[in-house]
Amino acid sequence: MTLAAASHGFLTPSGVEIAFLLVGLVTLGAAVVTVTTKQLVHAALWLVVALGGIAVEYLLLTAEFIAWVQVLIYVGSVVVLLLFGLMLTKAPIGRSPDADSGNRWAALLVAVASAAVLVWVVVDAFRASWIDLDGAAQGSTEVSGRSLFQHWVLPFEALSVLLLAALVGAIVLSRRNGEGPQETGRAAAPVSREGQR
Amino acid sequence: MHLAYPAVLAVLLFCVGLYGVLARRNAILVLMSVELMLNAVNLNLVAFDVWLRDTLHAGQALTLFTIAVAAAEIGIGLAIVLLVYRNRGSSDVDKLTDLAERSAEDEQAHPQSQQQAEAAA
Amino acid sequence: MTTTTTAVLVPLLPFLGAAFGLLLGRRAPGFVRPLAVLPTLAAAVLAVVVAARQGGGAALDAATELTPTGSVPIELALHIDGFAALVAVLVGVVATCVQLYSTGYLRDDPRYASYAALVSLFTSAMLLVVYSGDLMVLLVGWEIMGICSYFLVGHYWETEAARSASLKAFLVTKLGDVPFLFGLFALAADAGTFRITGVLNAVTSGDLHHPTLIALLLLAGVAGKSAQFPLHTWLPDAMAGPTPVSALIHAATMVAAGVYFIARLLPVFAASAAALVVLAVMAAVTMVGSALAALAQDDIKRVLAYSTVGQLGYMTGALAVGDRSAAVFHLLSHGAFKALLFLGAGVIIHAAGTNSLAAMSRMRGLSKRIPDAFWTVTVALLALAAIPPFAGFFSKEAVLGAAEHAAVGEAHLALGGAHGHLGSVPSAAGWTVLIAGLLTALLTAAYATRLWLLAFFGRGPEEAPDHGKQPFAMNAVLWVLFIPTAAFGIAAPVLPDWFDGNELTPTLVTSVLGTGLALAGALIMYGAWRHTTAVAARAPLGAVAVDPDAAPAVSEEEAIATHAAAYGDNAGAPDPADPGRLLLGPLHAPATCGFHLDAVYAALFVRPVRAAARLVRFLDREVVDTYVHGAGTGARWLGSAVRRAQTGNVQTYLGALLAGSLVLAVAAVLVATGTGA
Repeated sequence: MTLAAASHGFLTPSGVEIAFLLVGLVTLGAAVVTVTTKQLVHAALWLVVALGGIAVEYLLLTAEFIAWVQVLIYVGSVVVLLLFGLMLTKAPIGRSPDADSGNRWAALLVAVASAAVLVWVVVDAFRASWIDLDGAAQGSTEVSGRSLFQHWVLPFEALSVLLLAALVGAIVLSRRNGEGPQETGRAAAPVSREGQR
Repeated sequence: MHLAYPAVLAVLLFCVGLYGVLARRNAILVLMSVELMLNAVNLNLVAFDVWLRDTLHAGQALTLFTIAVAAAEIGIGLAIVLLVYRNRGSSDVDKLTDLAERSAEDEQAHPQSQQQAEAAA
Repeated sequence: MTTTTTAVLVPLLPFLGAAFGLLLGRRAPGFVRPLAVLPTLAAAVLAVVVAARQGGGAALDAATELTPTGSVPIELALHIDGFAALVAVLVGVVATCVQLYSTGYLRDDPRYASYAALVSLFTSAMLLVVYSGDLMVLLVGWEIMGICSYFLVGHYWETEAARSASLKAFLVTKLGDVPFLFGLFALAADAGTFRITGVLNAVTSGDLHHPTLIALLLLAGVAGKSAQFPLHTWLPDAMAGPTPVSALIHAATMVAAGVYFIARLLPVFAASAAALVVLAVMAAVTMVGSALAALAQDDIKRVLAYSTVGQLGYMTGALAVGDRSAAVFHLLSHGAFKALLFLGAGVIIHAAGTNSLAAMSRMRGLSKRIPDAFWTVTVALLALAAIPPFAGFFSKEAVLGAAEHAAVGEAHLALGGAHGHLGSVPSAAGWTVLIAGLLTALLTAAYATRLWLLAFFGRGPEEAPDHGKQPFAMNAVLWVLFIPTAAFGIAAPVLPDWFDGNELTPTLVTSVLGTGLALAGALIMYGAWRHTTAVAARAPLGAVAVDPDAAPAVSEEEAIATHAAAYGDNAGAPDPADPGRLLLGPLHAPATCGFHLDAVYAALFVRPVRAAARLVRFLDREVVDTYVHGAGTGARWLGSAVRRAQTGNVQTYLGALLAGSLVLAVAAVLVATGTGA
């Protein structure tokens, strides 16, 4: 590590670092636009850019499998879900002046303060740490699959149960009440009361 | 590659997401901001996993799990938002003030939201 | 069964009877009467057994320590000498008589169960006082009697008189009990023990450093319990309780406790000449004052109450001249005839339908309606007036003889062989007691005659009302008590073996003087009565509550409740035909109300206490409450200020939460780097 530290320097960035920096700037900009834009649908689209940027960063960190999973799940499904959510809640198309709530300035203060503190701490801690990206790719599909199904099988299976539960929960929560029989689940009971009110 | 690059990027993304969670009015935009924060954490996990050359690849495995949990979270979250919207006619977070003690102005405002709810239903 | 076990059972049985009576009274009314009478009867029988076994010999001492109690140990101790054995017999017999009498007297009373249980508890407490060899255990019984007297005097709590009388009895005796407690502590601090034998040994060996202070403090408690001047005022008012309770309090328990206590600890008192003189003056004032007051009372029971106060004065007088044998002798005989007098008075009140002597004196033929009560009460009154050959004569002459010995300087304190001679009795005390005693003998005979004549020889247009036959239990009890009243005098030669050995048989000089004065008093009163009967015919008076079917207690309660309404107050009656009024002249009015002692108390204690209470109320309402209200208002203001932060907006909450945790994180990082570097 000390050898690596000696061979690298801040002022002599490698190509990977430059690429990482540029993609990072794009990602950050997309993220900032996502949380500040007044057009709700645009926010979702800028989120696609930010998540895609992160996927590229994964690739640069040699975590290929995670990068593709990121593209598949986030860009492919989550954002689509969010867009569906926006449409189902009749979000206005075009600029909506009240997209931000009243405590925007307090939120900005908290965010900037925490950013300052965290950046200070992180930079202070990892000033002299270098990632060695040479050698075999650390996140190839083979490596990830091997570790996942050798060491992480049990959490993986538990996660599948969690996903199933989330699926059932989402269905129960979002179906309309009053038509179906009561065996839709216990979670429906308070909702039905709410609906009759 | 210098470790500070992914770490600082993750910090900044996290704080941007934090700002979004605190400042956005629409619940779906809040969910988007939460996704940003989760991704910042994921980036950290992957970067440190690569840095440490972990033989178990705990960071990458945890990232996968986080992605799955985030997918579940977004599904449930959207279902809740839809339910709220259906009952109240609005998905604005700052209108969900039932936790507060109801003051005189709210008493006047409340029937309005009830009417909206009825209209939505 | 050993004597100790038997002696332990004596106070325990009535206590268990009381406990079961209170527990089962509601649920099993059939058990109430046996539970009231049988334990008391058994205790009386066992007391007789204990007395027979003890037989006047050496004192029986037994003690067990339940738990260590610090520097001065408190032990469950028995100390049974001749005094304790005989007084316990008296208590047991009188309590049994009272319980039997009560079954008839309160036969329809709804609260009979609790009443009987309290009487049993009262008896048990007195027996505990009598047998106890430890001053702290004695104090327990002493205080239980105080609370029982409160409940029993207030048995007719529907009437205002009973309520205030019970409160007065409690408070006045407590007024004496506070110094009494301090006296006990001082005594134990000096003697190093609460055991009576230990205390007496300390006195003998001269370890008692503050005898006068201790004796005077104890004297206050005794004055409260035994109704001596100036704390006697509760006793006449306590007549608002049922008659059997009066008999119990006056004859056997409560008031006897004080006299018995001094008799037990007489060496402590005798160690201080000042205490003896105070005791003598207290006894003299009590005797004469109460006898004068008794002459003016209209309520038959109040006459008897004042006579009790006077007879107790005789007992304390005997103690003041250092002769506790005479005191306890008078205690025993007085217990018998005073119980008889009260129980007889209950019969008279029931038969006449009134407790007013003025009303009775206008009724013809009361004595024929209740022949049992007439004969027994007559003998008891003769005993009270100390006419030979009845019990009162012997005991009173023993007191007067002791006073005479002290007056001429022959007295020496013979307190049993172990204690030896402890010093001489001041002759001033002897003279005080002797003169007051002789004067009181005259007055006692006078008021006894007045009571007898007014109650039984009324002359008027009306016949005495017919209430039917008196309950058998009540009449039988009268005859049981008649035996010691008439014949206890023959015990006089035997009793010195049980007591300290002092001669108790009457001496010639005091006998002639006392009996002569008593006869003179009776004759003067008879003459006055003959003089006033003519007036009585012209001045009709009377409020009679005739209720033939009701239980005796009901007619008594009505009589007490209506007395103040009919005659102006509870004590006297505006009867011009009263021979007592003729004899007392200008003294009559103050004597009626107990020489205005109550008014003095009102000015000395009641008014300052009321003023203090008003001050405290003012401070509480205007000063303390201001702070309380201020605290409430401040909290409300603070609440409404804080409530503004509770908007219900989750984002605000979350922002505040994150800002706070950020500050904490910065602090933690600073501390970590500060310590780390």
